[in-house]
Amino acid sequence: MSTDIKKKVLDILQDDCRVSVDQIALMLGQNPDTIQTLIDELEQERIIVKYPAMINWDRFDDDLVTAMIDVKVLPQRNVGFDQVAERIYNFPEVRSVALMSGGYDLSVIIEGKSMKEVALFVAQKLAVLEHVQSTATHFVLKRYKHDGVILDKQEEDHRLVVSP
Amino acid sequence: MSTDTNSMSRHLNPVICSLPPSGIRRFFDLVATTKGVISLGVGEPDFVTPWHIREACFDALERGFTMYTSNLGLLELRQEIAKFLDNAYDVTYNPQDEILITVGASEAVDLVMRATLQPGDEVLIPEPCYVSYAPTVIMAGGVAVPVPTYVEDEFRLTVQALERAVTPRTKLVVLCYPNNPTGAIMNREQMAAIATFAQQHDLLVLSDEIYADLTYEGTHESFASLPGMLERTILLGGFSKSYAMTGWRIGYACGHKEIVAQMTKIHQYTMLCAPIMGQMAAVEALRNGQSEKERMVEEYDQRRRYVVARFNRMGLYCFEPRGAFYAFPQITSTGLSSEEFCARLLAEEKVAVVPGNAFGQSGEGFIRVSYAYSMTNLTAALDKIEIFVQRCATGSPSPKG
Repeated sequence: MSTDIKKKVLDILQDDCRVSVDQIALMLGQNPDTIQTLIDELEQERIIVKYPAMINWDRFDDDLVTAMIDVKVLPQRNVGFDQVAERIYNFPEVRSVALMSGGYDLSVIIEGKSMKEVALFVAQKLAVLEHVQSTATHFVLKRYKHDGVILDKQEEDHRLVVSP
Repeated sequence: MSTDTNSMSRHLNPVICSLPPSGIRRFFDLVATTKGVISLGVGEPDFVTPWHIREACFDALERGFTMYTSNLGLLELRQEIAKFLDNAYDVTYNPQDEILITVGASEAVDLVMRATLQPGDEVLIPEPCYVSYAPTVIMAGGVAVPVPTYVEDEFRLTVQALERAVTPRTKLVVLCYPNNPTGAIMNREQMAAIATFAQQHDLLVLSDEIYADLTYEGTHESFASLPGMLERTILLGGFSKSYAMTGWRIGYACGHKEIVAQMTKIHQYTMLCAPIMGQMAAVEALRNGQSEKERMVEEYDQRRRYVVARFNRMGLYCFEPRGAFYAFPQITSTGLSSEEFCARLLAEEKVAVVPGNAFGQSGEGFIRVSYAYSMTNLTAALDKIEIFVQRCATGSPSPKG
């Protein structure tokens, strides 16, 4: 199977993971069995990891706070940053961890019930980790766009209903 | 104030008064009065103009570009168009005097008719087709001669059909491939036959290639690229479909400099020039719009396959449209006429599609379905159409009685 078709399947699922195998097959002019096999493979390879819904929690429950934390780390011999990252991502409060280029090393996103809870987590769990040199905490005040989707704006069709 | 229509009509031009209103317009009025309609009736992209193009327009405004351009349009834009046509379709035009920027390709259609036709000259118009060719011919004093195309030929124009319609008064042949409303395309070999015909009868060809970029199998071939056709052809293109820029109204006409000069004269006296902001946005589209255009084409292509497969599955034969963003399924198996089908589908399922006969008599027995809609919209509408078609097949009454 060409990588081209794989990429198209991934694009379709990323946009809407509820699209049926049958529909994807029609859209790409492929056999449904072929598409099913391909999706199975993508899942096994953990290229497709999960099928979550994108939720704007701000509209549902305003209590949760999110913080982005810049972490400077002293890399360890042989294992580099990976081991420090692992120590961090194992905390359930941590939503995501990424290794960065530039002014700091790890970007950590944390969710908590209050600013205080997040601040305490940083002070008590994160900053005290061996090899963590410093942290800088930034709280998210409002999300406008997430993963390519503008959150508050409903897309409207301004076109005439019928035109030549 | 009351208007006495009888007394008013003596002030009006009877040629214009007798032009039939577009069949689309009639259907539009019907749809507009129905609430909660899912429409598949629109002839324009569902995408908004890509942001970088809109942004180029803001920039032009901020820098004070709010004036007229030359009648021909910005030289910068004409140069970009010349480069694009040369690279994409292997047709070479001089941006100095062989390219005219118009207010949409629609204006260009009108200019071609007025610049070339003398009273009584005949124009061969393959049908079904876009609604403005015949009226512009008539307004220019010409005679519009419909040339039917058939689903058996995948709605391609054939020389046999042209031979039946040609007379010594024939001046011009209109081509519109990829086609609105059928989605048909023509390959090089099929067009070569038309080219020979044009040569034999010494005809001009208006090739409306507004949907050229929306070609899904193979690549579009411009009629002007056929041997000997560059001089005979007036090639029309634009930005509306390729770059989702319908409201900007920027199109262009390319052809022999003597034809373009006469078209420019009419354009100069009636339009002066196309809006400068739109022209500057079009420059941006050609320079940096390739990847966004490809993304939109890929989405149309996926929807196209889906829509065609769904119609065929529900028992409405739909030949494979290879261009534009329309499917043209045949509805004769339902026993309904195009207009009955569309009116009942609207009343019973609140889905709007356009009757095929709005695009000429040979469109009777078909409906035009635009797939310039999100997959969610398409799926919902097609589900409803399927229910409607099943109801027609079993002869059961509409749910509302």
